[in-house]
Amino acid sequence: MRPAFLITRHRRLVAGLATLATATVAVVGLLALLLVATGHDPGPALRGPWMGSFGSAYAFASATLVRATPLILAGLAIVLAFRAGVWNIGAEGQLLAGAAAAAAIGLGWGGKFAAIGLVPGLLAGALGGAFLAGVAGILRARFAVLEIISTIMLNFVALHGVGYLIRGPLQEPTGVYPQSATLPVGSRLPTLIPGTRLHWGIVLAVLAAIAIWIVVRHTAVGFRIRAVGANPTAAHSAGSIDVGRTTLRVFIASGALAGLAGAVEVYGVTYALYESLSPGYGYTAIAVALLARLNPLAVLLTGTLLGALQAGGAAMQRDASVPSVLVSIVEAVLILAMVTGAGRSLVERRLHGKTVAPTDDRVTRAAVA
Amino acid sequence: MSDTLALFIEASVRTATPLALAALGEVLVERSGVINIGLEGAIVAGAFGALVGAGTGSVTLGLAAAAMAGAVIGAIAGGFIAWLRADQIVTGTAITLLGLGLTGLLYRTIYGSAGAGLTIPTLVPLRIPGLSSVPWIGSALFDQPLSTYLVYLLVPLLWAGLFRTHGGLAIRACGENPTAAIAAGIDVRRIRFACLIASGLCGGLAGGTLVLAQSGTFIEGMSAGRGFIAIAIVVLGRWHPVGAVLAALLFGAAMALQYLLQAMGWSIPYQLVLATPYVLTLLALAGLAGRVTAPAALGRMDPGEV
Repeated sequence: MRPAFLITRHRRLVAGLATLATATVAVVGLLALLLVATGHDPGPALRGPWMGSFGSAYAFASATLVRATPLILAGLAIVLAFRAGVWNIGAEGQLLAGAAAAAAIGLGWGGKFAAIGLVPGLLAGALGGAFLAGVAGILRARFAVLEIISTIMLNFVALHGVGYLIRGPLQEPTGVYPQSATLPVGSRLPTLIPGTRLHWGIVLAVLAAIAIWIVVRHTAVGFRIRAVGANPTAAHSAGSIDVGRTTLRVFIASGALAGLAGAVEVYGVTYALYESLSPGYGYTAIAVALLARLNPLAVLLTGTLLGALQAGGAAMQRDASVPSVLVSIVEAVLILAMVTGAGRSLVERRLHGKTVAPTDDRVTRAAVA
Repeated sequence: MSDTLALFIEASVRTATPLALAALGEVLVERSGVINIGLEGAIVAGAFGALVGAGTGSVTLGLAAAAMAGAVIGAIAGGFIAWLRADQIVTGTAITLLGLGLTGLLYRTIYGSAGAGLTIPTLVPLRIPGLSSVPWIGSALFDQPLSTYLVYLLVPLLWAGLFRTHGGLAIRACGENPTAAIAAGIDVRRIRFACLIASGLCGGLAGGTLVLAQSGTFIEGMSAGRGFIAIAIVVLGRWHPVGAVLAALLFGAAMALQYLLQAMGWSIPYQLVLATPYVLTLLALAGLAGRVTAPAALGRMDPGEV
């Protein structure tokens, strides 16, 4: 007889892999269906996205993994937040805030501290995101403001803030284009595989996923996070957990991860700050997190899958002139399937603590906080 | 100078119109306890619907198609949220992605990647004699396209409907205490479903306004975050129809100020002006700029059968 927990773990792994396989098949099937519906020949049209994502080692490294990097980091931000019952839908704004902070440091101090390299800039990025999410966290802790609303507001504040920076203090020297100057070479993440565009950010993303997994799964902090997410009242009364403090820390950590995603994107891909820096990574991250059933390690796989989808979409538009907005439709269907279909019970248990409908935990949470 | 000011007020009202339409729908649905994050999807669907409808040569058909397209998106959101009991926030995010994706795909499929030089009939300003001659604000308020008058019509309707009818009481009960509402024999799911369709319809009208009264054509992703702005407006307007319209005017003015500042050659960074309403909304939420309270059950799933 194997111990019960091993069986559970084994089953979960199988169920998770089954979800991922189903999702992959569904993505390809949906793409084919949409292509046929819009009058394209799916065979040749699907060749483009395949070649542009998994088809060659170069495409996999330069397109898929490069896009997967911010998706994994932002996806981890969502996983952490949702696990604790924090509805952070402001990853997009936190990513931008992180990108802005990192760009400012990179432009100002680029290459000056060779010994510590990019650490200050990456930290600044994490701090930028943490600050923005922290505002939402404090608003909830002190004033019981729904973070659903405050994080949306802060997305706009970040967007307009970046808009101001790139037309004001951080604008490129000629003052013509709404973007920052290009980062000096000393402020760029080095290439991981020579000959490709893949940078060291992916290593950071993998390490972050492992770290978050260990914290959530194997530490007291992680237990508190899961307890608060599952049932804040019980966590407070039975576990004597400081729900307010735990929640605020989750806000900050989640924002830091999203901010890091922005910093890595600036240092590794764009080398400059501009408004359209992120093609909605903060929103796609929700699909990444849900598809991973809020498991930090699984985010590595789902982030790669959605990174491939975005890379493939870009290739499809380039080669077969099929609009890349197909990708949004596929993402939407994936999210809807995860909150209603086969993956529902697992996701929901982690979202709300149990499979039955959630109770008035928001009110109790506010009261407890 | 006074001309510039009159133009600014006029531009504020024009910019505020689609925001107000979308926000009024959002007031209704949030009063029933659902936060419709998918409003953005309904707006862009409405914009595309307006293009297709008006493509037949009839601007009325354009507006009707816009409302229909928005209502369909609202119904999809309603199906998932009210009937399949999917999470509101996650569903809303997906609905927005779906709306943006579907309209982009259909647009390119129907009109080709070039987009074609589209000429569709547009809503012309309707001048109301007498009222439109009032100095300063006359032409701003009473020389506007049909959709602005729709706002004037919807505000009292929504107010009376929400606060002076049994149906409105039932809607508010769903938003404040769905468990009690169910115990009182109210069909929470059906009400929330209907409210989501209505809010989608309003979002569709907002999108139709963008195409038919403002740009005269469809651009992919032209909703440009207005669905999320409408959610801010509802908060700042304290979940009240009149408040929502005033808040929409404030957001409209902030957006119009951008053009005024540019026109007058002042180099005030307008991004900071654009960010102001959001900061104000956050302050309002925190109780630092007047107390606002959300419907108690906002964002929560209905409790199912009691």
